[in-house]
Amino acid sequence: MTDPIIRIQKLDKSFGTLQVLDGLSFEVKPGEKLALIGPSGSGKTTILRMLMTLETISGGRIEVCGEPLYHMTKGGREVPADEAHLHHMRRHIGMVFQHFNLFPHKSVLDNITLAPILTKGEPKAKAEAHAMELLDMVGLAEKAKAMPSQLSGGQKQRVAIARALALKPRIMLFDEVTSALDPELVEEVLLVMKRLAAETDMTMLLVTHEMGFAHEFADRVLFFDKGRIVEEGPPDRIFTNPTHERTQTFLRKIIAAGHRV
Amino acid sequence: MPDWSGYLTLILHGALVTAQLTVMGCALALVAAFVAGLARLAPVAPVRWLATVYIEFFRGTSIFVQLFWVYFVLPFAGITLSPLLAGVLALGLNVGAYGAEVVRGAILSVPKDQYEATIALNLTRFARMRHVILPQALPLMLPTFGNNAIELLKATAVVSLISLSDMTFQAQVVRAQTGSTLFPFLTILILYFAMAMLITYGIRLLERRMTRGLDGVR
Repeated sequence: MTDPIIRIQKLDKSFGTLQVLDGLSFEVKPGEKLALIGPSGSGKTTILRMLMTLETISGGRIEVCGEPLYHMTKGGREVPADEAHLHHMRRHIGMVFQHFNLFPHKSVLDNITLAPILTKGEPKAKAEAHAMELLDMVGLAEKAKAMPSQLSGGQKQRVAIARALALKPRIMLFDEVTSALDPELVEEVLLVMKRLAAETDMTMLLVTHEMGFAHEFADRVLFFDKGRIVEEGPPDRIFTNPTHERTQTFLRKIIAAGHRV
Repeated sequence: MPDWSGYLTLILHGALVTAQLTVMGCALALVAAFVAGLARLAPVAPVRWLATVYIEFFRGTSIFVQLFWVYFVLPFAGITLSPLLAGVLALGLNVGAYGAEVVRGAILSVPKDQYEATIALNLTRFARMRHVILPQALPLMLPTFGNNAIELLKATAVVSLISLSDMTFQAQVVRAQTGSTLFPFLTILILYFAMAMLITYGIRLLERRMTRGLDGVR
């Protein structure tokens, strides 16, 4: 059995007195496509944000690619990670946000090439050639010179996906990437993600309320409630035959709200 | 009948000094504003304290007193400055303190998700600032920078205190010699206004250039 690419052990997170994650542990295998579902405030987005080092941890441990994310060894002892260590670790991980977070002052092409040029020191020509391949893959090659403000929400999110891919991370985090989109624009983004899942061996973690998509996309589904994993398993079982009462209630509500499963 | 053209030349010489003080003072103010404004956001606490002390001191005491100190008190510490340099130093540091808060405020008003995107793309701290945060913060700073520059222009009048013959000083000379108040003070009124308009126009041009392509985003 291969070593996990992500190992989360007894992870705690609180914001002030609010405990968001409570002794959470799970592992992700390389290449696995994982869907994190559950009610709002159950801590799923917080996990992605902690993996991307956008939040600090309150307790516990995360390992990514065999190395601790928030700890490093210094003089034989394990100490909290500094910015240099985080920088070193972040190269494994990419993230796509709910609100795209494109840079409004840069063209689509520059949005994508910025990090490869600055972070990886790639020559401009090479970075641009790779960016054009990625834009081609998300079906937006003709928008390379456009500014983000000229794009639709779905197009913006496809650019954001291309931008995250440009650094060739081993792990991709998708944080409710279709939640801010008009319903008719959701499909084009999901299509890109499906192709990505089929064509690459990237490890993917997906936080979503699109149960139908989670069903189709994921190898494994984790159902969260109040900062704990209530139930996990292959999507076929979780979506058709959940054993835990809370999972059943949640799925029933989601279906009642008009979402496909 | 006084020789108005001779007096006009005198005032124009003063205008040159005023313009010089304004340009050099603004340059120093800009540097001070960015250094102190960024230092206020530094991750190292003593750096932040130092910046805060500078800002609060120069905002909290009058430019008149500061100029006096720079020119008359610093020599006791072995630092003797020419009147022009002393004027530029006092004006630049004074207005720079106001500018620092503008820089800090503008940087903080760039949406947090922009900052998060730079972390997700693993940019270094410097690259984040240089390529993502500052380009979006600068257009927000410009209108207030324009205000500050005009304030600085008008504050230059205090330098006559340290024997610099700026525009206001020359106007008073002319008034004393001719007995006419209208001629010298109407002249410098027009000159100050023209210089202020020049600043306003320059800032507007810059603003238009920097916000190109940004419309409809915020």
